Amino acid sequence: MKKELKQKSKHIYWNPYYGGFLLGILILFTFYLTGRGLGASGAMKSSVVSIIESVAPTHAEESSYYSKFITEDESPMKNWLVFETLGVLIGAFISGGLSGRIGWRIQHSPKITSKRRLVFAVIGGVLFGLGAQIARGCTSGAALSGMAVLSTGGFITMLAIFGSAYATAYFFRKNWI
Amino acid sequence: MGPLIPNGVIPYEWDNIIAILIGIAFGFVLEASGFSSSRKLAGVFYGYDFAVLKVFFTAALVAVIGVYYMDYLGFLDINQLYVHPTYLWGAIIGGIIMGVGFVAGGFCPGTSLCAVAIGKIDAIVYVGGIMVGIFIFSELYPLFQPIYEGYFYGNVTLEDSLGINPYWFVFIFSIIAIVAFVISDMVQKRVKKIFY
Repeated sequence: MKKELKQKSKHIYWNPYYGGFLLGILILFTFYLTGRGLGASGAMKSSVVSIIESVAPTHAEESSYYSKFITEDESPMKNWLVFETLGVLIGAFISGGLSGRIGWRIQHSPKITSKRRLVFAVIGGVLFGLGAQIARGCTSGAALSGMAVLSTGGFITMLAIFGSAYATAYFFRKNWI
Repeated sequence: MGPLIPNGVIPYEWDNIIAILIGIAFGFVLEASGFSSSRKLAGVFYGYDFAVLKVFFTAALVAVIGVYYMDYLGFLDINQLYVHPTYLWGAIIGGIIMGVGFVAGGFCPGTSLCAVAIGKIDAIVYVGGIMVGIFIFSELYPLFQPIYEGYFYGNVTLEDSLGINPYWFVFIFSIIAIVAFVISDMVQKRVKKIFY
């Protein structure tokens, strides 16, 4: 009986309107404190920059992109978004831990293999990483935080993300349904 | 008057500590809303789970209403807030590429971090992919530079670009969102249930 309850609780998530309301309050609070919104891909950019800087320092300095984020005395990891991202990992770990959702697994539709799931995860990640650089932000930094202050670019990015995802969903349907 | 840190109400030294605390709340809310599950996220594109639509637009509306209301009450100066800049073609092309990445990988960067935190191996691989994508962009930067730096319109809001009253826009946007929520529930009832 106890095990059954535990199994069930794994998929009980918050009401989406409740989660959305709290997320909205958090974005508002973030703007109120820092004058900026939230972000997620920024920390991954800082990680890439600092890896390249330590592996190939001259290449990083000569590159017109990496060099934008390198300063003489400070590491690119000493950045607001990197600290925020560390917090995201902690917060998600606490939430997952409280609901018993922590564990090593590859989540995929029973109709596809784990290998196929991982291959598509890599492809999706590469595309998202590339797109987030071109648009200067991802769903958090550009779309959500942009929309909170009615940024034109934020709305355009949001429409482009959802528009292209709906337009191409048909080709990826085997992975999900 | 806010924003508090730029105006020196809270000392700048607290900036990074606040970053971690805000991050913890962000990660907790995303994970508790089910955003660590790629199958739940992808549901929005196939009609079997609209949590992304509901959470995302509720959050955007609560935030924008709050920002304008606090500005109206004098707690927050909206002109001091960072407005995401508009690089027209960068936003469009980047967004289109991200959309394909979203439906192929089932995550966006923020949600993939939540899934990494609870041990999803597909999310770890996805984050690795993001870093490869950033690396490709950086190495081919001269190729992307024209759209990355061109078509710049400044840090503009819809008020500047379309000349609309922001209060009316937020009101209409709220109504559109409520209609979208009702329609999404109707669609979800008709679509075959997916258990994950």
